[in-house]
Amino acid sequence: MINLEQIKKDIVESQVWKSIFRHGYEDTPRNRVLMVTGNVWMHLHPAKVRRHAVRMRFTWCMGGLTFLMFLLTVVTGIYLMFYYRPVPQYAYADMKYLEFDMPFGMLMRNMHRWAAHAMVIFVWLHMFRVFLTGSYKPPREFNWIVGVLLLVLTLLLSFTGYLLPWDQLAIWAVTVGSNMARATPLLGHEGPFAEFVGANPIYDARAFLFGGGDIGPHTLLRFYILHCIFIPLVASLLMAVHFWRIRRDGFSGPPL
Amino acid sequence: MAEAQERSRTIVVDDKIHTWPHLVRGEFLVTIFVMVAMTLWSLLVDAPLEEPANPARTPNPSKAPWYFLGLQEMLVYFDPWYAGVVLPTFIIIGLMVIPFIDINAKGNGYYTFKERKWEILTFVIGFHILWVVTIIIGTFFRGPGWNLFWPWQRWDPHKVVALTNVDLPYIVGLRDYWAQAGFGLFLVLLYYVVSTWLFYKWVIWIKGKEFMVRWGAVRFAITSFLFITMIGLPVKMFLRLVFNIKYIMVTPWLNI
Repeated sequence: MINLEQIKKDIVESQVWKSIFRHGYEDTPRNRVLMVTGNVWMHLHPAKVRRHAVRMRFTWCMGGLTFLMFLLTVVTGIYLMFYYRPVPQYAYADMKYLEFDMPFGMLMRNMHRWAAHAMVIFVWLHMFRVFLTGSYKPPREFNWIVGVLLLVLTLLLSFTGYLLPWDQLAIWAVTVGSNMARATPLLGHEGPFAEFVGANPIYDARAFLFGGGDIGPHTLLRFYILHCIFIPLVASLLMAVHFWRIRRDGFSGPPL
Repeated sequence: MAEAQERSRTIVVDDKIHTWPHLVRGEFLVTIFVMVAMTLWSLLVDAPLEEPANPARTPNPSKAPWYFLGLQEMLVYFDPWYAGVVLPTFIIIGLMVIPFIDINAKGNGYYTFKERKWEILTFVIGFHILWVVTIIIGTFFRGPGWNLFWPWQRWDPHKVVALTNVDLPYIVGLRDYWAQAGFGLFLVLLYYVVSTWLFYKWVIWIKGKEFMVRWGAVRFAITSFLFITMIGLPVKMFLRLVFNIKYIMVTPWLNI
């Protein structure tokens, strides 16, 4: 007769098991705290939170959902990266390949794009909610600033990703969006006072962004690296600060 | 402030609950719900992919990504250096300084309209009215030539719109180059001086002298400058739409 209890006991009390799981599963206050403090992912949270701060009608879930959308774009984005080459000769063909030949290619691409749009909307709503509850007030001023930077990075992530399909929509939307840069005062060749700085079409703010005077192969590579590595990296660092500061400054709520 | 302290003396309850399971359970359920919604959205609606990029064929209209269409819409009323570079910079700076110019201690961590009426109204003007509405106009009401079309109207690329806009200094009869520039500069400065004075009177009227002393000159200066600059957008829109004013200030280097 197999003694299941004995087998379970042997496993749970083995050195391997104990090295991974530090606590039991009984629903005790101690274990509830350990579930959070003993787990690196759960550790984003404090062990205890104010009762009202977890209510959906208080938070609208928008900060968490913005983060979820970020994770979703990371996962689907890595899938897309396996099949996409940031070179004008291949980029558009790879999009077609993704859509028609890759298993779940179209689904992953759709999800990546819609999650990016949702992330922009969620981050705006998150900002609006934080404003309405006055959650930027002392001691959380600095975290609001980090939040504004993350908002800007979210828009830049979305914008740099817009170019990658290398279709008409992509290059012209990015052209229109980036044309502003050439009007930068002093630094853009069409901007006020550019002649005093010596900015010209191939040496100004937009050329720096594009890697040249016009959208071309250099721009595609530049935006690809910004989109897949540089901005996500910076955003991740700022997110770490953002989440950590929420814990340090306490979840917002009426003063006790 | 006094009320917050009063509260802290009277209500001393520990309303904290365990993150596990109370918060984590909620996050888990919302995540599942949103992931199902995102999957359905991605299954039902395909991400757009147009014909391959062609730098020689400019689509009409060329629209920036939807979240930047507010900025593109502003280009109707202001030059690119201002609508595309200076104003967005002010928006970002303006958002960042919010925690430092808002010294109202009330409304920290709970929803209230009564205790922060003016703060919330300012945010609604900036975000909902100016930012979101211009995005909606740019997305749904602009067609070829960036002309206005109803969403159900056919886009007529040959729509003729008379360009009857005139510079304000020209209307008042100034023909001399420097007189025009000087007059425009004078008007812009006058707008800021008069508006700052009105803003000062207004703040004292709604918040009282005592508030102005606590607020301080630096906070007042930053807030009034940003607020007046923000209101400058609807002012220019009004002048353009009602009086067909092209520029208020015309100089060899920049126009406003």
